[in-house]
Amino acid sequence: MSDQLFGEMLQSIVDGAPDRAAELARQALANGVDPLEAVNRGFAVGITFAGDQFGCGEMFLPDLLASAEAMKAAIKVLEPEMLKRGSQRETLGKIVLGTARGDIHDIGKNLVATILSASGFQIFDLGTSVTPEQFVAKAKEVDADIVGVSALLTTTMAGQKAVIEALDRNGLRPRVKAIIGGAAVTSKWAAEIGADGYSRNAIDALELAKNLMGKGTVSA
Amino acid sequence: MRPRIQLLSAELIGRILREAFELLMSPGVRVGSAVVELLQSAGVEVNDGIACVPEPLVRKCLASVPRDFYLYNRRGEKAVHYGGDDVQFDPGSCCVQMLDPDTLEARPSETRDLVRIVQVTEALPQFAAQSTAVVCSDNDAPSAIGDLYRLFIVLQYSDKPVVTGSFSAAGLQGMIDLLAADSGSADRLRQQPRAVFDVCPSPPLNWSEFGSHNLLDLARAGVPAEIVSMPLAGGTAPVTLAGSVTQHAAETLAGITLHQLAGPGSPIVWGGAPAIFDMRTGGAPMGAVETAMLNMACAEVGKHLGLPTQGYLVATDSKLVDAQAGAESARSAMLGALAGINMISGAGMLESLACFSVEKLVIDAESIASAQRLARGIEVRGEEVRDDDGRGDDVGSKSLATAMFAQTGLSGEFLKLKETRALFRQEQYLPSPVIDRSARGSEPPSDVFTRTRARVDELVSKYQKPSLPEDVLRKFQAIVNREADREGDREADRAGVALPRD
Repeated sequence: MSDQLFGEMLQSIVDGAPDRAAELARQALANGVDPLEAVNRGFAVGITFAGDQFGCGEMFLPDLLASAEAMKAAIKVLEPEMLKRGSQRETLGKIVLGTARGDIHDIGKNLVATILSASGFQIFDLGTSVTPEQFVAKAKEVDADIVGVSALLTTTMAGQKAVIEALDRNGLRPRVKAIIGGAAVTSKWAAEIGADGYSRNAIDALELAKNLMGKGTVSA
Repeated sequence: MRPRIQLLSAELIGRILREAFELLMSPGVRVGSAVVELLQSAGVEVNDGIACVPEPLVRKCLASVPRDFYLYNRRGEKAVHYGGDDVQFDPGSCCVQMLDPDTLEARPSETRDLVRIVQVTEALPQFAAQSTAVVCSDNDAPSAIGDLYRLFIVLQYSDKPVVTGSFSAAGLQGMIDLLAADSGSADRLRQQPRAVFDVCPSPPLNWSEFGSHNLLDLARAGVPAEIVSMPLAGGTAPVTLAGSVTQHAAETLAGITLHQLAGPGSPIVWGGAPAIFDMRTGGAPMGAVETAMLNMACAEVGKHLGLPTQGYLVATDSKLVDAQAGAESARSAMLGALAGINMISGAGMLESLACFSVEKLVIDAESIASAQRLARGIEVRGEEVRDDDGRGDDVGSKSLATAMFAQTGLSGEFLKLKETRALFRQEQYLPSPVIDRSARGSEPPSDVFTRTRARVDELVSKYQKPSLPEDVLRKFQAIVNREADREGDREADRAGVALPRD
């Protein structure tokens, strides 16, 4: 019976159906299914599948976002029970995100936050136009593993460099990894400013973050 | 008859505007603090940075916008006409990377690239205006005065009008000063503007601090502004094309209101760089046909309001100057021309505006020339029909073919006719050697990229730098140094002194 339930969980994520996912989560709890198992064998398999489908061009960004929303809905139902059992879902890592100082464009950053969060990272989203000092303060406060800085504009890309320099100045690197993204950002720019990584889109960002945490599916 | 394509019915334009006016009231428009007082004094309610702009005020502001205006070249001649159905082109702006024609790799753009682009653009009649095309990573990026530096370079190397833009609220004044120095005085600049400044709202419905500020400063200086609203359909705007055109209209109407409140009668353009949102990459595919459709439709709404228009076309998503680049760029050049958009920006751009190629710019010039030819349509320019007694015929019409046949009979010797010699240059666009129409010879055929590289070299070798009076150059330098000091940017200061060699 559980296998069938796990299959339906997977499907609810792939379908991007938050109500259905929440309902299945409640059903699992009612049936005494271990909530962690519901995540690992059901919902999380769905989000991985959705990511793969996106990667090969079968699913699109709106589909992927819907999958992430469904994942959130399921986790929200399961979380209290997981806490009670002390079996909290393993966090892949803590990531502080924000757009560079002066940049208010956050669509890409939000995509990254959603996908990474759905995939098991703990996200601390500082929003838009974040100063290097704010990045540093948050990274210290939450003991972050990764700091991600997004910049759409060529004029605000300098803000990414400023964050990396601030992390260095405060002695947070190399323990804290710095990653960057944004329309105008290139791997060359990433190398130039000494970033630990760069990705072109949210799915690549997930792979990048996993690799930096030593939990990647492919080697960096 | 001038050929036209229209995508919107009058009824649909009416609906778009009705909904745009609704959006301006609810949810309203986010505005920078710089304009709050101005809006409030016009009776607009602003709460928590969100303004609800009523239609009557917008209508009043629309009424004070000039229906048309000109940009002037350095000789003081009218060189760009914003208004009516005139169609003109300029290269894309502010790219950060340059395609290296040897390695076919993208590398950070530098001052020498901007100079080369300006030199080539100067020589090509297809471009009515220059643009501050690429960031100069060697000197100005990420310097705070990069925008000023780019204009400084373009003004030294070109006599044409310039499409430019400022990237900070504080930086605009330096650019206006530079243009005033070029024109002779701030008054002269106002009377015969040489540049237009792109000013961008942030989708959706957000006139940020610096965007708002720029609109105000430009309106007060009387220097033309071009609102470049860029909804991304499905990403930062409604997924439907009609919905994105509506958002574009609301953002642009809000901008025009701010601008005209600050400087009634100051010239402003209904421009835009709308695009669809790519559902795989999250990018803005500039070569997509829907992106062209958005540009055409947005311009149609502007034309309906009687305003000068601008759009962002002739760009591609390809990373190379290849068949995709040619197809996408030529297609949108044609569509933009048939939509009668006054200024079409974007030529030379690759990779969804992430990379510039001077070779592509030269190929695009050929597509643009074809589009311009198409937009002129089919004209009647045969011989006037004469009666036997030598009077013109009753309706004053011209013969299309009969007068020429009267001379050739059935001999087929049209090549000999004086009409042929007199009219073929008007009838046909004569492409540069970039376009291959030759018969196959003994040499293996060359590809367009190879031919274009030679053409770029040729144009650059024939280029002559304008000779600016010493005192103007000194003024330029003083402004750049002053702004560099203000920004505490010694690097840019040094850059100003060490100009690139010709």
